Amino acid sequence: MKQKIVLHFPSMVTEQPFTYYLIKEYNLMVNILKANINPRKEGRMVVEVSGDSKNYQDGMEYLQSRGVKISPLEQEIVWLEDRCTQCGACVIICPVGALAMDRPEMKVTFTGEKCIVCEHCLKSCPARAMEVRY
Amino acid sequence: MIKKTYEEINAKIRAGKAVVVTAEEVISMAREKGIEETAAKVDVVTTGTFGPMCSSGAFFNLGHTKPRMRMSRVFLNGVEAYAGVAAVDVYLGATQLPETDPANTNYPGEFNYGGAHVLEDLLAGKEVLLEAESYGTDCYPRKKFEKMIRLDDIPYALLFNPRNAYQNYNVGVNLSERTIYTYMGILKPNMGNANYSTAGQLSPLLNDPFYRTIGMGTKIFLGGGVGYVSWFGTQHSPEVLRGENGVPLSPAGTLAVMGDLKQMSPQWLRGISLIGYGVSLMVGVGIPIPILDEEMLRYTAVSDEDIFANVVDYSEAAPQGTGEPLGRVSYAQLKSGEITLGDRVIPTASLSSYLKAREIAEILKEWIKSGRFLLTKPVFTLPTTNEGINYREIV
Repeated sequence: MKQKIVLHFPSMVTEQPFTYYLIKEYNLMVNILKANINPRKEGRMVVEVSGDSKNYQDGMEYLQSRGVKISPLEQEIVWLEDRCTQCGACVIICPVGALAMDRPEMKVTFTGEKCIVCEHCLKSCPARAMEVRY
Repeated sequence: MIKKTYEEINAKIRAGKAVVVTAEEVISMAREKGIEETAAKVDVVTTGTFGPMCSSGAFFNLGHTKPRMRMSRVFLNGVEAYAGVAAVDVYLGATQLPETDPANTNYPGEFNYGGAHVLEDLLAGKEVLLEAESYGTDCYPRKKFEKMIRLDDIPYALLFNPRNAYQNYNVGVNLSERTIYTYMGILKPNMGNANYSTAGQLSPLLNDPFYRTIGMGTKIFLGGGVGYVSWFGTQHSPEVLRGENGVPLSPAGTLAVMGDLKQMSPQWLRGISLIGYGVSLMVGVGIPIPILDEEMLRYTAVSDEDIFANVVDYSEAAPQGTGEPLGRVSYAQLKSGEITLGDRVIPTASLSSYLKAREIAEILKEWIKSGRFLLTKPVFTLPTTNEGINYREIV
């Protein structure tokens, strides 16, 4: 079987060689698609794991037993409010009104539930305050 | 007749007795109490604007190396700073791109990094790679220098923006059949949207339309710190058509401003990427306007309903410098989220932040109320109408 998953590492386990054990002990192929691991900080890794389904289940149980959280690969658009300059250039770009302007306060809002992850906002935001996460 | 001098207003500020309101708050006060009573009560009106202001940058003195070097080419994080000033004096322009940037070869270009981002990185305390080259002279033998530096390591850093705080601007639309990428943002085909970039009733020069109180030496909020108006800005054009209230109906006055970069903040000087166009700097500017008389109060009480902007086609008229505006709309309409042009209702978006403009006016108000910010009387005020200063084209 072959599966794309997201591994979330709590800060206390980021220095353990999980990928090595998945390959060596569980005979799984691990293809790292995206990784953000920093010493003593929470980490996140998008991987494609393939191999025998029994080995896959065992491997996943091993990761979970060590505190690693596993979630299916899903894209998500995130609004970095700190980076947002509140200009509102995005509101005419977003096709579903997930990015909107609260009037008359003139405050930009982002409603994640409305977002269809079209990613149009990523490059149309001058301040680069929109990010895609997996 | 109400008459107040700068000295009288400053004495009240020092005593903690000055009445300071924002350019937004003064509108309802003037409506309720009338011009005369409000002019008697209010001493200072604070304004603010936070939008992309391309004509910006900073002078740096980088300090001398050992052995000494006459730096002839200088790069900060790969972005070239103009080194034809003096041995280690350079000017980093906000819109400068790294030499490696593909620009619009892969249209529309992303322009993820440029001079404006270097300024923001320096203000955020980040390390920046300084690279310098030279041909070497007897007095400046060194030919190459590389070092990671922070703003603290740079002996002298002066933000100097030759054109900021445009008094009014166009509303951009696109009459063509394809999406265009402009300094007014993304403009969808067939007038799919209308973009503007002014803080309207909060904007500094829209509150003093003939520049009666603004000129060389006016102390201002600049990039989160204190700065000064140093001259009138490039393309300063007081002679444009104005409404009955004196407010220009098209881009008019501009300011050249400066201040010590080291006391500014990355919150109020932000590098931005305009897809298909380039890099620019969001600059926070706030100007206090002394209420010297009823006329100044009347000017500062101007509201979005009474400030108008031209709607201009950016597919043909603006780039070719031809054609007439397609119409005129008020900032009240623009801020409502849609404008009506003929039989078309067009959604609007802004590139400048009204929310942040209000925040700047509030910060400046607090600075003045707390007594830490006094007003300065300009050495001379900006050129106004009938002084022979105007925008000109080179053809």
